Amino acid sequence: MTDGAPSTSNRTPAVRAGLADPATVVSFSEAQLGEVRRLQSLYPDPRGALLPVLHMAQETFGYISLEAEEYVAALFDLSPAHVHEVVTFYTLYFRERPGRHVVAVCHNLSCHLAGAPGIIAHVKQKLGIDPGETTEDGRVTFLTVECLCACEAAPMAQVDDRYELNLTPEKIDRLLEGLR
Amino acid sequence: MAEIVLMRNFSNPDSHTLNAYRASGGYAAWDKAREMDPAAITEEVKKANLRGLGGAGFPTGTKWSFIPKAHTGPVYLVVNADEGEPGTFKDRYLLERDPHALIEGMLIAARAIRCTKGFVYIRGEYVEPWRRFSAAVKEAYDAGLLGRGFDVVIHRGAGAYICGEETGLLSSLEGKKGWPKIKPPFPAIKGAFGQPTIVNNVETLCCVPPIVTRGAEWFAGLGTKTQGGTRMYSVSGRVKKPAVYEAPVSITLRQLIETAGGVSATGRLKAVVPGGGSAAILTADEIDVAMDVDGLKAAGSMIGSAGVMVMDESVSIPEALMVLARFYAHESCGQCTPCRESTGWIYKMVHRIVEGRGHKDDLDTILDVAKRGAGTTICAFYDGAVGPYISYIEKFRGEFEALIPHA
Repeated sequence: MTDGAPSTSNRTPAVRAGLADPATVVSFSEAQLGEVRRLQSLYPDPRGALLPVLHMAQETFGYISLEAEEYVAALFDLSPAHVHEVVTFYTLYFRERPGRHVVAVCHNLSCHLAGAPGIIAHVKQKLGIDPGETTEDGRVTFLTVECLCACEAAPMAQVDDRYELNLTPEKIDRLLEGLR
Repeated sequence: MAEIVLMRNFSNPDSHTLNAYRASGGYAAWDKAREMDPAAITEEVKKANLRGLGGAGFPTGTKWSFIPKAHTGPVYLVVNADEGEPGTFKDRYLLERDPHALIEGMLIAARAIRCTKGFVYIRGEYVEPWRRFSAAVKEAYDAGLLGRGFDVVIHRGAGAYICGEETGLLSSLEGKKGWPKIKPPFPAIKGAFGQPTIVNNVETLCCVPPIVTRGAEWFAGLGTKTQGGTRMYSVSGRVKKPAVYEAPVSITLRQLIETAGGVSATGRLKAVVPGGGSAAILTADEIDVAMDVDGLKAAGSMIGSAGVMVMDESVSIPEALMVLARFYAHESCGQCTPCRESTGWIYKMVHRIVEGRGHKDDLDTILDVAKRGAGTTICAFYDGAVGPYISYIEKFRGEFEALIPHA
């Protein structure tokens, strides 16, 4: 410990600073640590595997907390600041726990021309939340996103891993009802 | 009937499998290329007049020849599958429906540049394309096509348009935020992990096997004087049949719109974006233009990624610009001041114009800021934003002014 914190504490800096949720258990299984080492070996410099390992961290922990950033930083011998810089740069890393499902409606030009504003208004009304918010029951996080490159089937959205194409209000209703 | 080269296998529902690819003659080009001298492969691609199909349109063979001959360390091939240019969706189709064409193109390119490791950078949102491509890579390893002198690493992005810019992509591949790097040195001299690197687009590499099999002359003959081949045009917006269409690069924009079923909605054309969101807009009078690199350049726009977005008479041009301005403000990486600041402020100004709260001087301010900032940044992102800012306002100024009180 070099930051002046009590040396008896093995808590991470984010926990000590009161920035992290101490209840969150952040650690990979042995098998996952093996996968981290495999990923790192694929790159001439192991830190090339940072994005893939952050994807793993998000899948495992649900989102990337400050604690998770520190944990991953240690796996790469990087500073937590470097990992924080990376996590905050990209849109696919969640820094708070998202809903159980993520509905990301494209609002770029081709979707706009095909009626995306109406689709977005419909989702807003159905879920009762604005883009960027999560329903109170933790079921759905609603986002508007830039071009997902499926403009031939506009308007479209990404629902979790799937592209949902040629959206109509009726199709949105069916999709949202299917999300538990 | 024009020749179909890139989409030749798409009608087969099993086109993504190794069996189907082999059955249609797949990997014959690699069998031929592995007996060829590396320099002869590059020469063939040069003669074919293949130009990069990701956006910049740089001659592919020439790019390959920039790898320093005296270099003795590793050389990397990086595939840019970070498709994200608004209005573009062709690489998604190639990854999903003909992943082995990309692997074969990579094998041949790797031999040409004497490379033993390739990285494929796929945008994080492309889950199904990633699954399809990963399955194809596994098949290729099992069949001994990969792993014998050339390895492929699939790298998933995490959501950032700027990573489609080749040096931003390399930063991201190295485990950093996707900040573009100052050129020179160009990636061919100092690229991924500090080593000479060739970054090629998916579609560009998919052109390579047919060039090797059927020859440079055949490929060059499909196109125009300065660009060979066919390419995949992503056509969307107000057309009756939005889809990806393959055509020789000599096709005109008018013919392409007709191919896509013509203008929908009012049926009357107002404007077209010919080469992805960053291309300058063309008016209905400007569509008799060849859809190759030089044709669009001469028309004051660019072919870019060949993403064609069609707007009929009922489309509001200021609203369209607002949507794109929001995109540039969101995606600016923040590294260079002119881009970071201008994209944010210009979005706010276009937004207030659309909402009827524009100021009398707003249009001239936007034009002034756009013109003075162009060319002052590390990468081409801001220049790509400036294309729409200037062209939308200059070509449709009356429509903007009509929204501004006391203009």
